Amino acid sequence: MKSLILHTISITLLPLLILFSVFVLLRGHYLPGGGFIGGLIAAIAFILHAFANGLKETRKVLRIHPGFLIPVGLSIAVLSALAPILMTGDPLMTGLWYDKDIAILGKIGSALFFDTGVYLVVVGVCLTIIFTISESV
Amino acid sequence: MTVFLIVILSSFVFSLLLFGIGQKTFQRMTWFAALLPISLFIYFSSFAKSIMNGEVYNSFTSWVPSLGINLDFRLDNLALLFTLLITGVGSIVFLYTTQYLKGHPKLLRFYVFLSIFMGAMLGLVTSNNIITLFIFWELTSISSFFLISFNNTEAPSRKSAIIALTITGLGGLALLAFAVLAGQITGTLSIAEMLQSPEVFANHQYSVILMVFIFLAAFTKSAQFPFHFWLPGAMKAPTPVSTYLHSATMVKAGIYLLLRFTPHFQNNSYFFTTLLIVGAITMLYAAFQTLFKTDLKGILAYSTIGALGIMVFLIGIGTSASITAAIVFIVVHALYKASLFLVTGTIDHQAKTRDITKLSGLRKVLMPLAIAGLIAALSSGGFPPTVGFIGKDLIYEATLHGGLNPVLLTTMAVLTNILMVFAGLLVGVKPFAGKQNEDLGEIKKPHFFLWFMPMILAVLSLLFGLFPSMVEALFTHNITPLLTGEESPHLAIWHGFNLILLLSAITIISGIIIYFIWKPSHKKEGSMMKFEAISPKSLALKFSDLFQKLSYILTRTFQNGYLRRYVMVILVLLTLVFGIHVFINPRIFLSVKEIKALNWNEIVILAMMLVSILFTVFTKSRLTAIAGMGVLGYTMCLIFVFYGAPDLAMTQFSIDTLTVILFVLVLYRLPKYLKLSNRTNRVRDAIVAMSFGTFLAFTIIEIMNETPLKKTSEYYAENAYVLAKGKNVVNVILVDFRGFDTMIEIVVLAISAIGVFALLKLHLKKNEK
Repeated sequence: MKSLILHTISITLLPLLILFSVFVLLRGHYLPGGGFIGGLIAAIAFILHAFANGLKETRKVLRIHPGFLIPVGLSIAVLSALAPILMTGDPLMTGLWYDKDIAILGKIGSALFFDTGVYLVVVGVCLTIIFTISESV
Repeated sequence: MTVFLIVILSSFVFSLLLFGIGQKTFQRMTWFAALLPISLFIYFSSFAKSIMNGEVYNSFTSWVPSLGINLDFRLDNLALLFTLLITGVGSIVFLYTTQYLKGHPKLLRFYVFLSIFMGAMLGLVTSNNIITLFIFWELTSISSFFLISFNNTEAPSRKSAIIALTITGLGGLALLAFAVLAGQITGTLSIAEMLQSPEVFANHQYSVILMVFIFLAAFTKSAQFPFHFWLPGAMKAPTPVSTYLHSATMVKAGIYLLLRFTPHFQNNSYFFTTLLIVGAITMLYAAFQTLFKTDLKGILAYSTIGALGIMVFLIGIGTSASITAAIVFIVVHALYKASLFLVTGTIDHQAKTRDITKLSGLRKVLMPLAIAGLIAALSSGGFPPTVGFIGKDLIYEATLHGGLNPVLLTTMAVLTNILMVFAGLLVGVKPFAGKQNEDLGEIKKPHFFLWFMPMILAVLSLLFGLFPSMVEALFTHNITPLLTGEESPHLAIWHGFNLILLLSAITIISGIIIYFIWKPSHKKEGSMMKFEAISPKSLALKFSDLFQKLSYILTRTFQNGYLRRYVMVILVLLTLVFGIHVFINPRIFLSVKEIKALNWNEIVILAMMLVSILFTVFTKSRLTAIAGMGVLGYTMCLIFVFYGAPDLAMTQFSIDTLTVILFVLVLYRLPKYLKLSNRTNRVRDAIVAMSFGTFLAFTIIEIMNETPLKKTSEYYAENAYVLAKGKNVVNVILVDFRGFDTMIEIVVLAISAIGVFALLKLHLKKNEK
């Protein structure tokens, strides 16, 4: 699919959409959003880029194999679930919160890390599946 | 104190350690593996003295306290008897195998499984928590499976292993059911604490079900009729395995379970009567079968089943004399049967055959082994002064003074024992007696271990016979009162001239006569095979074949691999469920007042939906159909937006986008068809889809009329900020309240991605070749 308009705009849209997906991820605890939706949006951003520029270009932009994001995300999620056991001795998945507010992000807790893990897994899974299928069909 | 936990875990750690050594190094230091059972034997022996004085050792580690499941181990005299058997026979078998399987390429694997088995067996007999007992019980079944199928390149080995696993696994499930039920009605999972309320077991309304479960568990494990048939099949395992698992220890786990729960069922006559009947049938049937076997291990397998039958029979008599007899017989049987098995193993190892019709006159070459065989055969037949004689005396003592019909019980016991005399002589004496069979060729002298190990066991049979007070002090003195609350009778080799001595004499003489008259042959074995069609084994196999055929039919119908079939099955089933519900129980009413007028935006969305549906259904191109589906999805998003579910809307939007992209990717390359499917199919699909939609709508209307259960949603709404510091309830549920679900879900996602990747990329590589 060669379209000059799509090609041009996709290059600008990619960083914007990724920023937006991170925004959705971060605000998830207070407003509509979250890791799952954020991950899907990020995946769509890359797929749009792939449609306009071809898979090879997108892989170059990504630098790493998307499958690599899956174990990274899973580890972050599992670690954030294990954190209360290791740090305060509370049961698995107890929420841990940092007392002070942080600029822009607001309150930070283990839930945010867990959601980040979900985000990365979703991006990794979507991109792996779609890239693999589009290469093989 | 967690010492027993460490001891039991040491076997599992040891098996891992063996892995670390590696096959090549291990071949040069096989003796190393034997360190485990020997040191454990010494360890458990050190308790003997204080346990003889009535002490009991506990070791408690909390595991899942909320469910009452704890790593609770208890070493009393009954457990000590079994631990000594397990580690003692284990030591001998471990050492014996170093020579028996010398240089075998999978020797390391063998010892790994054997160590795991030993740990599981030790855990089983020392567990005081019935759930951990179940776990170890299953572990013994699994390690037994791997050991039976040790020669996994041979189909019969694999099949026997599967049969054994199925039967013992069935029993394991029954044991779990027993554990849960017993835990429910007594309120504890600790076996010792359950004993505080024995009347519960005897008189509870579920006590019949409890008994069915414990019987199923014990009878499958201990190879009682009609579940016995896995044991002869298990003889496909290497002889050390048969010695250790399928004669000395694992098959006695069922006996152990029955003994352990005898006090719990003390006042329940059904418990004992059932044991009596099943034990009697098993022992007579198995003893009779030994007449028709020509394979040494086949004879031993059936005589083992017979011996297990005798044990169940003795527990069933239920007097202190019979329990004492059962305990002594466990020791007697372990010693002589393990010895006979090892003798058989050595004969097989040197002469390369186990066919009893071919074996004779081996005493010249295998002299020390012949002595071991002779002593074991004598103990098996109950000749004085072996411990077998004492065991048999006790059996007759028990049958003469117990039960409703002493004459019948004694007759059955005598008959079984006569055939046991015969079986013992056949295996322990026949191969060594007479002239040497020239067909066997030159037979080499066996390695020291191959005759010394059975000799140790045989000599022990003799030693315990000469000094029965050892057995009494070590075991019966404490175990019988523990299980029956009564004193155990005094053990002695000479009770004077009485009826029991006469019965013993009759047994021995008849056994010897049968041995000289009855010559086992392949013809006789063949004549017995005619009845094979109605044996429990073939009936069970036929049943499993039938089951398999049924599951083939089910799979072909419902899971034929086409996505459309799966969707169809799901929709039709749901339509039926909804439909039946609506027709049986119509509670649908719409109050006109509550229906609000449609907004203009709702009208627009509905119109868009209808158009996109019609377009999707009637378009001739796949790509446009997909685009139509996409539009439908986006209009759904709009509905979510208007009704205050922005999270859902966002998710639905992204998912829809991705789905359309996926479909396009796949379908873009497919050839274009003018017609997607024929007319009949389309009509059928339309009917299914429309009726599903209709009934779903009915159900939703019905749900709207129910007063909604708001407890859950209110809880989440109230506590989202208080407990989890979040204002978006949906997200808080996802990452906090039900975070564990999310974790599992992302794992599932990851697995599916790996699956897609593996399927497509592997396929690519094959094409590249």
